[in-house]
Parts: sequence; C-alpha cells; structure tokens
Amino acid sequence: MALLAIEDLSVGFAREGRFARVIPGLTYGVEAGETLGIVGESGSGKSVHALALLGLLPQPPGRILGGRAVFDGHDLLAMSEARLRDLRGGRIGMIFQDPMTALNPVLTIGRQIAEPLMRHKAMSMRQALDRAADLLALVGIRDGARRLSQYPHEFSGGMRQRVMIAIAISCEPALLIADEPTTALDVTVQGQILDLMAELRDRLRMTMVWITHDMGVVAGIADTIQVMYAGRIMERGPVDAVFANPRSAYTYGLLQSLPHGSRPPGGRLMQIPGCPPDMFAPPPGDPFAPRNPFATPRCHVEAPPLRPVPDSVPGHMVAAWYDLPRLLA
Amino acid sequence: MGRFLLSRLVDGIVAIWGVVTIVFVVSRLLGDPAILLLPVGATEEQLQQLRAGLGLDQPIWEQYLTFLGGVVRGDFGNSFQFMRPALSVVLERMPATMALAESALLVGVVLGAVAGSMAALFRGTIVEGVVMLLALLGQATPVFWLGLLLILLFAVDLGLLPTGGYEGPASLILPALTLGTFTTASIARLLRSGMLDVMKDDHVRTARAKGLLPGTVFLWHVARNSLIPVVTMVGILAGELLGGSVVTETVFSWPGVGRLIVQAMEAKDFPVVQAGVMVIATIFVVINLFVDLLYGLLDPRIRARR
Amino acid sequence: MREVWRALTRRSGWLGLLGATLLVVLVLLAIFGPWLDLPDPTRTNLRARMVAPTLSWFSLGAHPLGTDQLGRDILSRIIAGSRVTLMVAGAAVLLGGVLGTLLGLISGYFGGWVDRILMRLVDIQLALPLMLLALMVVAALGPSLRNLVGVLALVSWVRYARIVRGQVLAVREREFVQSARAIGASHPRIILRHILPNVLTPALVVATLELARVIVLEAGLSFLGLGIQPPDPSWGRMLADGRTYISSAWWIITFPGLALMLTVLAVNLLGDWLRDFFDPRLAVR
Ligand SMILES: Nc1ncnc2c1ncn2[C@@H]1O[C@H](COP(=O)(O)OP(=O)(O)O)[C@@H](O)[C@H]1O
Ligand code: SF4
Ligand SMILES: [Mg+2]
Repeated sequence: MALLAIEDLSVGFAREGRFARVIPGLTYGVEAGETLGIVGESGSGKSVHALALLGLLPQPPGRILGGRAVFDGHDLLAMSEARLRDLRGGRIGMIFQDPMTALNPVLTIGRQIAEPLMRHKAMSMRQALDRAADLLALVGIRDGARRLSQYPHEFSGGMRQRVMIAIAISCEPALLIADEPTTALDVTVQGQILDLMAELRDRLRMTMVWITHDMGVVAGIADTIQVMYAGRIMERGPVDAVFANPRSAYTYGLLQSLPHGSRPPGGRLMQIPGCPPDMFAPPPGDPFAPRNPFATPRCHVEAPPLRPVPDSVPGHMVAAWYDLPRLLA
Repeated sequence: MGRFLLSRLVDGIVAIWGVVTIVFVVSRLLGDPAILLLPVGATEEQLQQLRAGLGLDQPIWEQYLTFLGGVVRGDFGNSFQFMRPALSVVLERMPATMALAESALLVGVVLGAVAGSMAALFRGTIVEGVVMLLALLGQATPVFWLGLLLILLFAVDLGLLPTGGYEGPASLILPALTLGTFTTASIARLLRSGMLDVMKDDHVRTARAKGLLPGTVFLWHVARNSLIPVVTMVGILAGELLGGSVVTETVFSWPGVGRLIVQAMEAKDFPVVQAGVMVIATIFVVINLFVDLLYGLLDPRIRARR
Repeated sequence: MREVWRALTRRSGWLGLLGATLLVVLVLLAIFGPWLDLPDPTRTNLRARMVAPTLSWFSLGAHPLGTDQLGRDILSRIIAGSRVTLMVAGAAVLLGGVLGTLLGLISGYFGGWVDRILMRLVDIQLALPLMLLALMVVAALGPSLRNLVGVLALVSWVRYARIVRGQVLAVREREFVQSARAIGASHPRIILRHILPNVLTPALVVATLELARVIVLEAGLSFLGLGIQPPDPSWGRMLADGRTYISSAWWIITFPGLALMLTVLAVNLLGDWLRDFFDPRLAVR
C-alpha cells in the first residue's frame, strides 16, 4: 500500500489581485520503502506542493484549492493543524534547500536538534542533548558533544546541511521529504551528502521523496523518477526505464542537458531553450508545448493526460500526444 | 571580547571627555560669571578679586585644564544656591530620577513588547490596526502635554492619583506612564516590523517543520530573533528618556536631577547645571556600553566577530 | 510622478497621504491665518478670561476653542503659534540639514583624519541628550528667536552627517565618480556635481524625521520658558501658562497640545512613508 497518496492536489497563489494555479491538479503515490525522485526546472511547483502537504505553505499568498493527501491512512489536508503538527518532525521529516538560512542563527545547534526530540519523544533537555550528540555522529560530524554548544555560523554549508539532516531524522520518520538538499552545496560536498542520505535511508528504512532539478542526482538515489513541469507530471517511471527510454520531450531535454553520465546514445549537450510559462496566464494546452520542437498542433490546445507507456515496463507513464521514439528515429 | 570591551570603554571615555569640553565651552559663552555672581553695583576691585578667586584671570587653556581636573576629581565647585559642592547636590537628586527613568523604561519595554507582539501575531486584524494607531499617536504626543492630560484626567477629574510630588508609589504612576509612552510606542512599532520580517525567515519554517508548538516557535524562533534591534532602540531611547525626564519632572514637580537642572538654570547656578549635565551624560554613555555588551549576548555572530 | 502616486495610494501609502494633507492644511493655515476673521491673538480682554469653548455643531461662536487666563482667543493663538513654530522648526531643519549634509559630504569624500574627527564629534554629541544640550546652550546665549533656531540646527546636524556620509561612501567608488576623477575634475566639482545629487534623497528623509523632533524640542524649550518668548504666541508656552489653571479651564492646555500632536503626527506619517518609499534601510531611528 502507498505510504503517501496524493490525489488531485491543487494549489494557487494570489498576487496583486491576480491568481495563479501553480499546481493545477497533481496525483501520485509513494510506496513504503520507495525513494521517489521529483525533477523539474525551478518554478515547476516542486517545493510548493511539498510545503502544501505539510501545512507549511505561506497562506496568504498561497491557497490550497483542493485534493487529498493520504499519509498512512489519514488525509493530511483535512486533518487539524494540531494533528498535522504531531506528524511534522515526528513521522514526517523535511529538509530544505538552503542550509545557510534554514537554521536559527541565534540558537545553539544542540538546542535546535533537541527541539523535535523534546516535542515528539517527550525527552528532557538533558536526554535530548545526549541523543543530539549521537545524531551528529550519525550524520558524520565528529566531536559532537562539543559542537552541540556551537552556533550555525561556526559550521560550513555542508556541515549545516548535515545538521539539518540530523534534525529531520531525529525522530526516525517514516517519510522524509528532501527539497533540493544538495543544490546549494558545492559538487564534492553534494556527493558526500547524497551518500550519507542513501545510507541513512537504508539504515532507518525511510521512505523518501527527493526533490531536485538535477537528473544526475536522481539517478544516484531514486527508485522512481517523476518529471514535473508547471505543476504537472510529464513523465514518471522506474529510473532505469525512464533514463533508457524517455517518452516525454521534456524528460528528453533534461537528459540531454546532463553534462555526462547516463545519456541516450547520440545525444548532444544542450539546454532546453525558453523558460517556464507565466502561471498567471498559462497556455491553454500542454504548458511545455511552446518550448517543445516536437509539439503537435493538438499539444497547443489540449493538455495530454498521464497514461501508461504501452511498450515499456509497468509503472512507466507519460503525458504526451506524440510518440517520442518514433520522432527521434 | 576583552579587547572589544576595552575599545568601547575608551570610546565612552572619549565621549564623556567631549561632553566635558562642550560644557566648558558653553559655560564660557555665558560671559563673565563674576558679573553675574556679584550684586549690582559691586566695585571693580571686588570683581577682580572674584575673578582671581574663580581662576578667571588665567589663560583659557589653563582654565580648561583646571576645569577638566576638577571634573576628574568630581569637583564642579560649590552650588551658588546651596553653598555646597554641586555634585553632591546633584547626586542627592539621583534616586528620584533613577526611580522615574527605570519605571518609565520598564513600562515602555513591557507594554511595548506586549503590544508589538500582539500586532505581529494578529497581523491583518483589528488588533494590529488599533495597536499601530495608538503607537503612531504615542510617538507623536509630546511628553509634557501627555503629562498635563493625565493630570487632568486622573488627578483633577477622577481624583485617583496625586498631581505631582514625591510621596509613595502612587505618585510615581503618572510620571512613569508619561515618560514611558514614547518608549512604548517606539518599541511596539519596531518589534512588530522586526517580527513580521523574522516570521518570513527560512528558519521559522524549519521550526514549524519540526512540529513545534506555536508558542515555542513564537518565543524561541521569532521573538528571540527580533530582540536585537529592540536592544539598539533601547540604547537610543535612553537618551530620549533622560531628556524627557527634564520636562516630565517639571510637569509633575518631581524632585529629580532634570528639575534641578532647570531650576539651577533659572537661578544661574552654573556649577549645578554642569554637574547635572555631566551626570546624565555619563549615565547615558554607561547605558549604551551595556547595550553593546547585551548585543554580544543576544547574537552569537556579533560575539564571534569581536 | 506616477510611481509616487501609485506608492501613495497603496495600502501603506494612504497614511503618508494623510500626513501630507494634514501638513499642507497646517501650512496653509499658518500662512493665511492673518487673513482669517479671527480675534487678535495678543489682545487681552480681562472681562473674557477663561471663556469655555463656544464651538457647537451649528456655529463657531465668539471663541470656538475658548480663551486663556488673559482672555486671549485660543484658536487665534494656536494659528499664530503655528506660524512661529513652523518657521523656527523649518529654518532649523534647513540650517541643520545644510550644515550636516556638507559635513557628511566632506567626511565621506575625504575620509582619513577629517572623517575620524567629524564622526567622533557626532558620537560625542549623541552622548548628550538633545534636550540637555539645547537647554544649556539656550541658557547660556539667552532665549531669542535667532538663538533658538541656531540651537535647534546645532542639535540636528549629526543625523544628516551620519546618513550622508554613509551614502557618500557607497557612491564614492562608483564608476561615474571614478571617471570624473580620472578626467581631473576638482574635488568641489565632483562633490557638488556627482555626489550631492545622490545624497539628497536620504537627506530629505532625515529632514522630515528631524522636523518632527525639532518641533517637539522647540515646544519643550518653550514650555520650560527657554524657547519662544512672549508676546509671540507659542504652543509650548501656552501649555506652560495653562498648567496653573488646569483644574478650572481644561481647554487652555488641551487644544495647543492637540495642535502640536497633530503636527508631529502629520510629519511622522509623511516621514515614515518617504523613508519606506525611498530607502527602507534608513529605518534606523
Ligand atoms: N510565496 C509565493 N508567492 C507567490 N508565488 C509563489 C510563492 N512561492 C512560490 N510561488 C510560485 O509557485 C511556483 C512554483 O514554485 P516552487 O514550488 O518554489 O518551484 P520549484 O520548487 O519547483 O522550483 C512558481 O511559479 C512560483 O513563482
Ligand atoms: S504533450 Fe505536447 S507539448 Fe507536452 S510534452 Fe508532449 S508533445 Fe510536448
Ligand atoms: Mg524549490
């Protein structure tokens, strides 16, 4: 059974009297034990949908327009703020993109790690701090006992992200949502954090939703990949199948723009020209159509539904009116 | 930290030295104190004698050094009115001024913090509107008028509190409210805007993602982070408070240093004026020294940079 | 201009608009006061002492806001007082602004020991509560109108100097200044032609904030008897005089204070708005 099942989630923003449906209706599920990699250019609604799930969306300007998000049998969007609060930081952990601003600059690291333990595990400050020292060791920070009394500015970016990870996993969550946890870090540190997360996931048997805009990162950690654009799923399926056999022009474009590694043979290094649509005036059909050299006339007027790819592995789905391999051939 | 402390201490001493110099210059602008001191119709001989006695026949820089030396020793000369050392006259009035300034600061910080937090917590509601309106009015109301209005309302019309004087805690209420209002209003406005800024910060989202209770988030992740500008403000406001105490003490016949200075000015009792100004300037400098230290306690980043 | 209008009509802007309107009304009243058909503000009438306000829903009456202890009409005195107050405060702010801006320009542009000495001076003056400095100087020089303006200007130059200096430091290294220097333009020319235009806006913002401060300070000095001298009517003095009669004639202290508060409120509202509009970083007060 799916640990998290999102149905028709729809989120919008009001700005200067206008309203944008940033996520027009999103449906997907994450199986227990699965790692789902969500990829898409910035602005495609990845962060917004995750924040909406956890009740962290700034409202206003944001507004959840409808849908369900069933976690462990209960709808996150329908439950009271108090019950959601019990889940946040407890059974659902979250890591944010920018470790430089995500920690409170005037509180000690120890206190910041201890907080969720005191809240969800009914620990005393003492116990929580002891546990925090262990957690620091777990995320690869040596000399934890001493570092507990330090402040965020005494840590490097990579170290701070490790602290964020320690906070997120402190209560051994069933589900961990990581929103671009490595994007703000330099390349070598990115690799280390990636390895650390994979190891912790296996050790704590966490289900994970990993949000990124980097196809390469997904390849390294995810079982399933889900490509998003303008709040919609363009393609989704097992990582190997999608990388070997992309069916959406958008996925294809993202793969082409990878500097190295798993790229379909013959692909050249390229960037997808153009930029994401203005969500205050979305195009009527497929939002990617204006940038898509393969777009058919139908794409411009009617958005394609997400359908299984007939000749691929089960679970491989795509939203496209055309057949990409035939066009590429 | 030690070096920082030392350098702030030196800054403070330089500032006080500057004040001494200003006081000296101003006192020489007065013209010939000897003429002011002696009754009309005094002989030239008497004048000369007094000038020599006051050291006024010395070159100006020597007078300056003498004055400076006196200040260092706490010697401002004798009060013309009381025929006693001016400093001791001033220091006798200090407890009253401190009681007033401290209560006003307390009123300002407590009321201002509560009002500012309410406005931030209930942003976009009538609560925020009312608090901000009152704060705007509070900042625009001159202390002496507010004092008179409070006297009119609570002392004259309702007869609840004394109109002035220095008897018991009841007589402290109106002056403290009067003097504390500007502080309250300023802190409320600053705290509200500071908190609204902090609430948008990423780390507050992190705190909420931990599932912390709203009270914990507000206290430890919003309020705690909004304190630093408030502390700066308190340093600045201390000046307004000490200056405002001059007027407030006059309105309420409060026997403090401020009223003493005004009376001494009317009586041309310059040693007392000088001693009073020096004492108040020194308090102000010391307060700001504390404010600087408090910064370091509140913000580990500043502590590290020192 | 359209941008200014847009900012004024935004939610936070209507307060600024209110302040500006209030201020314009006050200035118009101050200028055209003498042409209004009001009793002479200095004429005493011992038979009409402490007349209660005659203002009602339907008419102004003989003395809309009442008379004072000498039978002078309070409304006329408030309007006459606004002339004096606005003139003194305006002159002081202008004088202090020119002085402070000039010193700030010099301090920021030349840097080095000039800068260090000037900024020390600023620190020293800030270590002395304004009220006390003003009190001392007025007491020494005697309370004339000219001295009052001088003292208030002296008291307010520091804030201009600080802000302008900071702005100069930011502008000094920019390209147009560097290139002017490279062509061999003289220092005064660079300062006046290239740097001054960039510091005028912050100076204007400081001027508004200072105006409020100076008005209150002037009223305070007058209240203590060290500001504007009789027979010139002044709000602070009216309050001081009315104190004695507080239990029998509430209106003597109420209306001049109200005028003072409204003026300060108007200036504050406008100042806050200007600050937010031009540069929120100036928020350090
Ligand atoms: N606070 C906000 N106010 C208005 N629009 C927002 C806000 N946050 C996000 N958006 C809009 O929502 C869309 C999706 O943003 P986001 O989820 O952050 O993208 P991603 O995480 O995929 O980079 C963007 O078009 C963005 O402009
Ligand atoms: S549906 Fe049309 S526009 Fe959208 S990705 Fe497929 S081809 Fe391109
Ligand atoms: Mg994002």
